[in-house]
Amino acid sequence: MSETPVSGRFAHRFGGRWSALGVAVALAVGLAACGSDDDASTGATDISSASTDSVTLVTYDSFPDANTSLNDALAEFGAENGIEVDILVAGDTGTMLSKASLTAGNPEGDVMWGVDNASLSRAIDDEVFEPYVARAIADGTIDIAPEFLDLVPNGEATPVDYGDVCVNYDIDWYAERNLDPPTSFTDLTDPAYAGQLVVQNAATSSPGLAFLLATIHEYGLEGWQDYWSRLGQNGVEVVDSWNQAYYERFTWAGGGPTPMVVSYGSSPPAEVIFAEPPRDDAPTGVIEDTCFRQVEFAGVLRGTDAPDAARVLVDFLISDRFQRELALNLFVYPTNQAVDLPQEFVDFAVVPETSRTLDPTLIDAERSTWIDEWTELVLG
Amino acid sequence: MNRLPRWLLVALAIGPAAGLLVFFAWPFVTLAVEAVNASSVGDTLGRASTWEVLWFTAWQAVVSTIATIVIGLAPAYVLARFDFRGRTVLVGLLTAMFVLPTVVMGAAFLALLPDSLDRTVWAVLGAHVVFNLAVVVRVVGSLWGHLPTDMEAAAATLGASRWQVATQISLPLVRPAVTAAATIVFLFTFTSYGVIRILGAPGTRTIEVEVWRRATQLGDIGGAAVLALLQLAVLVGLVWWSGVAQRRHAQAIGLLPVAARRRPRRGGERRIVGVVAGATLVVAATPLVALVVRSFATPTGWSTAAWTGLGRAEIRPGIRTGVDPVDATFNSLVNAAWATAIAVVIGALASLAIVAAGRAGRALDGGLMLPLATSAVTIGFGMLITFDTDPVDWRASWWLVPVGHALIAVPFVVRTCVAVLRSVDPAMTNAAATLGASPTRAWLATIVPFLWRPLAAGGALAAAISLGEFGATSLLSRSGGETMPIAIEQLLGRTGSVLQAQGFVLATLLAATTVILVVVVERFQSPPTRRSRP
Repeated sequence: MSETPVSGRFAHRFGGRWSALGVAVALAVGLAACGSDDDASTGATDISSASTDSVTLVTYDSFPDANTSLNDALAEFGAENGIEVDILVAGDTGTMLSKASLTAGNPEGDVMWGVDNASLSRAIDDEVFEPYVARAIADGTIDIAPEFLDLVPNGEATPVDYGDVCVNYDIDWYAERNLDPPTSFTDLTDPAYAGQLVVQNAATSSPGLAFLLATIHEYGLEGWQDYWSRLGQNGVEVVDSWNQAYYERFTWAGGGPTPMVVSYGSSPPAEVIFAEPPRDDAPTGVIEDTCFRQVEFAGVLRGTDAPDAARVLVDFLISDRFQRELALNLFVYPTNQAVDLPQEFVDFAVVPETSRTLDPTLIDAERSTWIDEWTELVLG
Repeated sequence: MNRLPRWLLVALAIGPAAGLLVFFAWPFVTLAVEAVNASSVGDTLGRASTWEVLWFTAWQAVVSTIATIVIGLAPAYVLARFDFRGRTVLVGLLTAMFVLPTVVMGAAFLALLPDSLDRTVWAVLGAHVVFNLAVVVRVVGSLWGHLPTDMEAAAATLGASRWQVATQISLPLVRPAVTAAATIVFLFTFTSYGVIRILGAPGTRTIEVEVWRRATQLGDIGGAAVLALLQLAVLVGLVWWSGVAQRRHAQAIGLLPVAARRRPRRGGERRIVGVVAGATLVVAATPLVALVVRSFATPTGWSTAAWTGLGRAEIRPGIRTGVDPVDATFNSLVNAAWATAIAVVIGALASLAIVAAGRAGRALDGGLMLPLATSAVTIGFGMLITFDTDPVDWRASWWLVPVGHALIAVPFVVRTCVAVLRSVDPAMTNAAATLGASPTRAWLATIVPFLWRPLAAGGALAAAISLGEFGATSLLSRSGGETMPIAIEQLLGRTGSVLQAQGFVLATLLAATTVILVVVVERFQSPPTRRSRP
């Protein structure tokens, strides 16, 4: 992709000599024979325009790389602008960001999608992005909530979607027991709800970390430890990943023993849309008070060799055309406020009026300490 | 053997050595040079958790390895020595357990355990034993099956009990293969990642898990690299020791060109075979049955929707998941074909070089094991910052995935082949030389005929490893389609019962493909009649 060897922070020191060795040896091994450098290496989307430009969109692994309406929108963009969009999947959000930091200045692609507010500071400090204010934001033709734009006052990146991590509960489980589901963090420590919540390991799971951050928001830098002790006394269960929590421990989806689970604000509509057999009401509900806001950003990668096309793509990522595809494909909400949500989201998703959030700089500075402290307290 | 000309050794060793240098050593060293400095070393070694993690990593690996070997010898013996209905299917099932991604097998393995053991260290140890049984069965079995049975028969005739025959004749003869299998199991369990995360209690960490967590979740590449070096140091020591031990106990014996398997004869023998095979079948089949069951499960009952909807692009009107099972299968097969081709060629050359050369061969032997001992994160990230500039701007090239798979698969091909080649009786080479063949010709003519069968077995294993590989693939940036394990992980990682069930459909298909692959190669390997070879 990048033709220009930019001496980034991690540009390696061995230059030409080693490169030459690499080629010679690869030829010797006969591996070069595999490099039939045709379309296979570019992961081509189906755009057959005679366009010259192509941009690579680096994303996390839950971003579909083909065959969805999101990809159709990108293909339309490509056809209209003569810019082919290739998708490069870099791993989960953390892996993607670590890679971007390692390659800052000589990036793997041109635009990156999906850095969230918990890691935004790291991306900015490592100079992953080249600052850019999307044209429609600069001239005010697209309406994005100020709370999102305030996180990137100098166009460090562009807020493209948001969502919430919240405690979900099994509606029938509580109905069958004539028990009202909890409505607050305090309720979760009530003995009436003992042993009913499963959360993820904050050290290894992003919803797990978000839930920890939500408790820090509620109880403050000095109070959250005490809250977690009480949560522990009330029998909170910790598992390693979202998948285990939701699909093995949660009463609704996994037939497990636990009727509450840390998941997403958009999990209920997903349960309706992907229900088998089909259903028209949500089996799960969301405890609004526990929601922690996750905002995701996209940006032009510093060192791109196609800066103009990259900027045009960022403009497109917040356009109505693209933003309206987000809800049903990524189960996040569009930041572009002019875009309507699908009916399932209107009916079943919960978007709290005031979701919890913490300053990205604070998160970045303290994350490691908090996680170690939490691990000691909850798992130790 | 010393009379073999130097050019032959160089010709054999150059390819494997070069591949290892370029795709393993160079990226790893580049990352280490960039990321490791005095402060990252000081911080990491000064942290109490580092030593706790190292201790846990080491003891669980030791216990897992001992348990795997002890438990695995019985099925290895029975599967290598006896012919019975379903034998190849059993080998296929065990291999599937070994190669299928933990993200799939972890959940299914829970079906074997009582609830009270879920997410405990017992679950971890149990999974390590069950998932690695195939290593013992294949590596030990490939030698055991080819051992001549006359010594055992002679001992038995002279009045030795079955136990005496086993401990004094059979086990000493297969000892090099046992050491080799133990080494591989130790490497796998020491670097365990998926099993720990899915089956261990939360907070349980091996070095590998901690490397991943530091590098990807905390952005602490320096700390991750130091831990990866620590892990590598421990394992290099082990691989070296294992090499010494394998050579010390290798015995040159006339191997049978075709495995000497026969139907169990006496009542006692039948009982042993029946019990061992039956128990192995239960252990290997239960998790796979659980996969199939889960492909029909929904929160409100059973449904075939995930199977019938497999080929349909739209899950709901207007909604597509973006995961195309047919594409994913195709991608996996293409990757597996390349990975197998690379692994077989490199593995064959390396095996011959290792057997032919002395000290240099040992270095190559140990070196080829190193990718198994190295954290996948550090290799993936190393490739990212090494292959980033023309003319080696290979980042995100599609073929990095099969090359990565081949790095993992080559040691299996080599282990399978070397165990057999080392035991080829040098008297045959000498005889050929006496009859007038040049040293090169004599050596090749006697040793190469023994290469093909272990090579076919190793190749099948390489293909299976590639089909099921998840960790390295998920760390390489990729474009143009997902492999099956990645597609499965994508489906299982989303909310919605139909997606969950489809993930298990795909997992069932992957398991079936693996079993069929292994069964076909096993069939091809054990022809009904014995042939004599030139």
